[in-house]
This record gives sequence, structure tokens and C-alpha cells, in this order.
Amino acid sequence: MTKIVVVTSGKGGVGKTTTSASFATGLAMRGLKTCVIDFDVGLRNLDLIMGVERRVVYDLINVVNEEIKLTQALIKDKQLDKLYILAASQTRDKDALKQEGVERVLEELKAMEFDYIICDSPAGIETGALMAMHYADEALVVTNPEVSSVRDSDRILGMLSSKTKRAIEGGEPVKEHLLITRYNPNRVEGGQMLSLDDIHEILRTPLIGVIPESESVLQASNQGTPAIHLADTDVAEAYKDVVARFLGEDKPMRFTEAVKPSWFKRVFGGK
Amino acid sequence: MGFLNFFLGEKKSSASVAKERLQLILAHERNGRSSSPDYLPQLQKELVAVISKYVSINPDDIKVHMERQGDLEVLEVKIELPEPK
Repeated sequence: MTKIVVVTSGKGGVGKTTTSASFATGLAMRGLKTCVIDFDVGLRNLDLIMGVERRVVYDLINVVNEEIKLTQALIKDKQLDKLYILAASQTRDKDALKQEGVERVLEELKAMEFDYIICDSPAGIETGALMAMHYADEALVVTNPEVSSVRDSDRILGMLSSKTKRAIEGGEPVKEHLLITRYNPNRVEGGQMLSLDDIHEILRTPLIGVIPESESVLQASNQGTPAIHLADTDVAEAYKDVVARFLGEDKPMRFTEAVKPSWFKRVFGGK
Repeated sequence: MGFLNFFLGEKKSSASVAKERLQLILAHERNGRSSSPDYLPQLQKELVAVISKYVSINPDDIKVHMERQGDLEVLEVKIELPEPK
């Protein structure tokens, strides 16, 4: 059975696309047939993060408008044969996304026996974001340890429980997961940043993982490689843990404790 | 810093200020979201229309109110009928 997962946040710039790319890649690395769809019509970026920007010919809107077949728009990942990308349109506006059209695309993907469909939501709480979450079975709510991001996540959690298909039809609610990104344990210990427990207490949503603040995320996007592919980095390991927990494995949280500067650094200075 | 703070009186960390501010504003916003769904005004109008067919009442005599009690949502409709003449 195909599962639809929306990656959402309300606020922009918190790591939705980075997470969508790494999460989808992580599932495909496990041998699960996965499609990641960019719902950010007008401002597509998932193609850049996935490194397929030069292979985009057709996009989601072309399929929604029945101008082409779905298979013509699906871009197959170069490294993983179970991973497919569906890009957003750059030229149309967000009103081009019609609910019936989106439903038809998702139904077609289900018929192609995908295990997972990952919907990368645009920022905000308008049509695009609503469309991305409407058919979701589960949701990854991406939050930074920062007041405006936490507030917007609360808003999005409210919408997941009232505006989605599951909520409207009164079915089982969308399963929500909280993912904290750009976490800096040293600043948390110094009392300058909201802690995991603070955010968890405020949003009351099960935590699926913590991605540490790291330079490797920029490095990954520079290269057009999902961060989960960067060998021996904390970020890649943290995303692999997220995928494992999502699939039901029991993994303790990592990269959440402050690292004390060494004796040498404390005496002679440095970072 | 820590040493000085100890003598000058404890100053709150900025993270705990952030937490308190968030808890306050979110409690307020969640209340606003759940206590008045957007169909309430419409529901009130239609109720007035239906009841006016049988009894002549003032639109203000019907009060529609939604309340949350734990896991339950309670829809309260209060209709004041005019006193018999």
C-alpha cells in the first residue's frame, strides 16, 4: 500500500526541501520505491537540491492539466533506481494546482506501486501548502528551535487536523511527526536556544528526529546531492536515523548533547 | 559571567523567555482556532431563518456558541422565545 507523506512547516527556510530530498533518498536507499513531488509551484527548488535541474522537461502542472503522461514527467534518480522526482512548474502560478488533478496524479502513482510519495510543501498556508497536505497519511513537520518557526508549526499542526482529507472525512487523523532541524546543542546548553524538550512540550507532537546545524547542508546543496549522501557527516547520519525511526526501528537520539571545547581550545582560543 | 550573575541576581536565559512567550501566545491562538469554527455565523443566520417561519423572534435572541471540554466539543444553541402576549 502506498503511503503519502507531506513535509511541511508553515515558515520558509527551515529545511523542508532539504528534508524532502534526504528523506525520499533515504527511503529509496532502503529499497523502497519512492517518488518525491515538489508542490512549490512558481518557485521550484527540489530539482536543484536533488541535482536533476538540467533533466526537467515536464512538470507536475503538465501532468495535472493532462498535457502529457505521468511517466514523461517522472525523473529517475541517477544513483538509486527506486527513486523518482516530479518537479514543480516555474512558469505557472499556484492556482494552476487543481485538487482533482492532484488526486489523479497521486492515484496514478499508487497504481504504479510506489511505496512512498513524499510531498514537498511550499511555505505559507495557502493553496499550494493545502494541496500538498490534503491527501497525506503522515506528516513531517519541520521546525527550527526559534520562536517564529515553532509558532508557524503549531498553525500547520492545526491545519493538518482540520483541513486535510482525513480530517474532513472524519477518518483516522494524519499521523504527525516533529522534525527539529538546525539544532545547536552548545547554544541550547548556554540557554540561548530552545531545547528539544521545550519544543516538544510546546507542540506536543512525537519527535522523529533532530538534525544538527551543520555546514554540510550548504555543501550538499552546492553540489546538488541530498545531504543524506554525504559520507561521515552528522547530518547524513541524523537523516538515516529519521528514516529508520519512520520505518519503526528504535534508535536513540544522536547529536543532541553539547560538545565541550577541548582543554587546548579553552586555553588558546578558537571555535 | 556565571560568577557575576550569581552575585548580581539570576538573569533569565533568552531560551526560557522564548519558551514562556510561545506558551502564552499559542494558548491564546489555539483557543481562537477551536472555539469559533467559521461556520458559526452562517449556522446562526439559518437558525434564525427557520425559527422565524414559526415564531417571530429577534436575530439577537439566538446565541450559538462552541466550547471545548477536554476531548469533547460542545455546541450550545440558546434560543429565547418572545413572552406570550
